[in-house]
Amino acid sequence: MAARDGGVSCLRRSEMIGIGIGELESPPLDSDQVHVLAVDDSLVDRIVIERLLRITSCKVTAVDSGWRALEFLGLDEDKAAVEFDRLKVDLIITDYCMPGMTGYELLKKIKESTSFKEVPVVIMSSENVLTRIDRCLEEGAEDFLLKPVKLADVKRLRSYLTRDVKVSGDGNKRKPSTPPPSPSPPQLSCTTSMESSDSIVVDDDSLTLSSESSTSPMDSPMRRLEMKSLPV
Amino acid sequence: MNTIVVGQLQRQFQDYIVSLYQQGYLDNQFTELRKLQDEGSPDFVAEVVSLFFDDCAKVINDMSTSLERPDHVDFKQVDSGVHQLKGSSSSVGARRVKNVCIAFKECCDVQNREGCLRCLQQVDYEYKMLKTKLQDLFNLEQQILQAGGTIPQVSMN
Repeated sequence: MAARDGGVSCLRRSEMIGIGIGELESPPLDSDQVHVLAVDDSLVDRIVIERLLRITSCKVTAVDSGWRALEFLGLDEDKAAVEFDRLKVDLIITDYCMPGMTGYELLKKIKESTSFKEVPVVIMSSENVLTRIDRCLEEGAEDFLLKPVKLADVKRLRSYLTRDVKVSGDGNKRKPSTPPPSPSPPQLSCTTSMESSDSIVVDDDSLTLSSESSTSPMDSPMRRLEMKSLPV
Repeated sequence: MNTIVVGQLQRQFQDYIVSLYQQGYLDNQFTELRKLQDEGSPDFVAEVVSLFFDDCAKVINDMSTSLERPDHVDFKQVDSGVHQLKGSSSSVGARRVKNVCIAFKECCDVQNREGCLRCLQQVDYEYKMLKTKLQDLFNLEQQILQAGGTIPQVSMN
């Protein structure tokens, strides 16, 4: 059904039309619209994050690996960037745990690049490992989202974006039609012995965070503090 | 539109979905997914869970192969599969499936083949059970729509 082997879009256009995911009647990339590059090896998660982002008026490109992301950005050695007059990415959101290249490694490469180091990068992970979060934030990640990602999480991300874009309401309303005013091998390489020896792992089920993450302040250090104060 | 019929169907839907949450089949993330559905994408939830179930079938099959020979178990592959299922079940709100994956990971970590086989069987059972339950739920939704009604928003506090 869907293209499991990746490529720039996680689903071919015909499939997206067929299952009604992704508003293909939306205009081509337009300089006023926020463009997010989403990176996740899980097809289900890509679909969900793509929908979450579209519902908050973002244009989304979803890829299934760090390598594809670099390829898309033109940061890999061999191939040229995808042809846009000006490749414009306003936010990169990536899963941490991916085979081949982790989200952390992708983050580093982006921050090392001249063209994209200013682009905010958000890391997503299903595991609340504090040393992992710290490493990512120290490397320049804008924020760290705990999976499963919710609408409130994505809405909060808008504060990192340079463009001032109206966010559509919750739930059943369609996105506004008017444009916004003015952005190996299968072996997982994310579990290193270095990380597991001194980290505190908090299982999802023991967290008592409210499901509405919009209650936590916008800036990432506060979110970290909030998580650190929870009983383990 | 027969308002009595619609009312009955809506109540049936409400009761059913609440029972699925109460029995632990679904958690809050399923509610989150329902928020993403609208007139433009009316089948979003059904399509996502369908992809999830396809994923389950494939991953379970692969793990079954890896666990087949007692003398030659590929625990790395199994661990990778469990990780994948745990992630996707969490993303769609498939609570029971996710919980089995947590236990499954523990068996995998200590290379307990027997434990893994039990968990494999359980995860297979749970995803199929959920698939049936959700199919019934989606059928109720269709009946409501066909009768001219709207799907109730159900908030689980």
